[in-house]
Amino acid sequence: MEAINIIIRGAFIDNMVFAYFLGMCSFLAVSKKVSTALGLGAAVIFVLTITVPMNWLLQEYVLREGALTWLGADFATVDLTFLQFIMFIAIIAAMVQLVEMVVEKVSPSLYGALGIFLPLIAVNCSILGGSLFMVQRDYTIIEATSFGFGSGVGFFLAIVALAAIREKLKYSNVPDGLKGLGITMFITGLMGIAFKAFIGMTL
Amino acid sequence: MSTETLEQEVVVKEPAEPLLSKRRKKFITDPLNEDNPITIQVLGICSALAVTVKMEPTLVMSISVVFVIVFSNLIISLIRNLVPNRVRIIVQLAIIATLVTLVSEVLKAYYYDMYKVLGAFVGLIITNCIVMGRLEAFAMGNKPYDSILDGLGSGFGYAWIILAVAFFRELFGSGSVFDFKVFEAIGLNVTNNGLMVDSIGAFMVLGIIIWVQRTKNGYVEHS
Repeated sequence: MEAINIIIRGAFIDNMVFAYFLGMCSFLAVSKKVSTALGLGAAVIFVLTITVPMNWLLQEYVLREGALTWLGADFATVDLTFLQFIMFIAIIAAMVQLVEMVVEKVSPSLYGALGIFLPLIAVNCSILGGSLFMVQRDYTIIEATSFGFGSGVGFFLAIVALAAIREKLKYSNVPDGLKGLGITMFITGLMGIAFKAFIGMTL
Repeated sequence: MSTETLEQEVVVKEPAEPLLSKRRKKFITDPLNEDNPITIQVLGICSALAVTVKMEPTLVMSISVVFVIVFSNLIISLIRNLVPNRVRIIVQLAIIATLVTLVSEVLKAYYYDMYKVLGAFVGLIITNCIVMGRLEAFAMGNKPYDSILDGLGSGFGYAWIILAVAFFRELFGSGSVFDFKVFEAIGLNVTNNGLMVDSIGAFMVLGIIIWVQRTKNGYVEHS
């Protein structure tokens, strides 16, 4: 039950894009067409659901203070937290590479559809942000997995919705200075207000 | 043969470029306005907006980002001829992550309150697109000193935009600047706008700044 709650929270209330501004770069750059937005959104869900639990294991059994106790009592005071950033980004880059290779082998059509987005995900803030928030909030592994999935779904919803609006926006008469990024910021703000409606929703 | 000797002669004759020649000044001034990383290039918005509720964390964030950009630019530029092209992304990420770890440990040691406020967002400098973007676009193909100037320019271009966003958000959201109650001090009774403290305010303020700046520069984005 807690897990479902976390998925709902991650997708709607604590939405990666509207509440924490994470993944804004790709959110703004890849939201010109719905079809590409769908591809990127799917890839983000996929990678977040894998990397957050992976990094949870890393944090729990290697990095946390006293996490190395399983190696012997001598290691009980070892604290490797300062390696957190490097290890997390390495895991993410490695997982993205792995996912890319697997997808290429198993489903060439999906690989073609995702194209350049898969490697780009390694430097998407929402992926690293997901792992860092997971550490901050002391999740268990089940909660961490559902948090990763929920955040991915949140990003997916946000980017597809924005892409749909921007496709319609092509036919509007926007002032010159506002074209492109400017008007997109306003739309994102308005969408953020809409997502505020989910505050306080629990199961 | 003859062309080679000619080229060498030209190189010898050319006087050393002054430390702040016109070309080099452009590295610093361009990103401040005409080629701003946030408003024109649309980079680094990810970790920028979340910390702009108050001026103080924003200032710390700007200093950290300038530090990381300048030094990663310098290091990459020094080793640019040693790094094989295929593994350059990993090398860049490793260097950025090391510098960010440094920033985060220094903050934790000397400025723990701020470390708590910024939280995960210090770590997210790693995935700040400006840093990666400058490494890829500039430091991989230019000399160390030029790369430092370029890093400074991009860093300040980023800093003044997020400081401007933070100024308006703190002024209208909390009625203060650097925690100094401005409206109370001059005797005005202004109600705080809750929207400004919220993430929505950040989008709106940045949208307006982009609008004003692009109109002033006459920059139009063609989609």
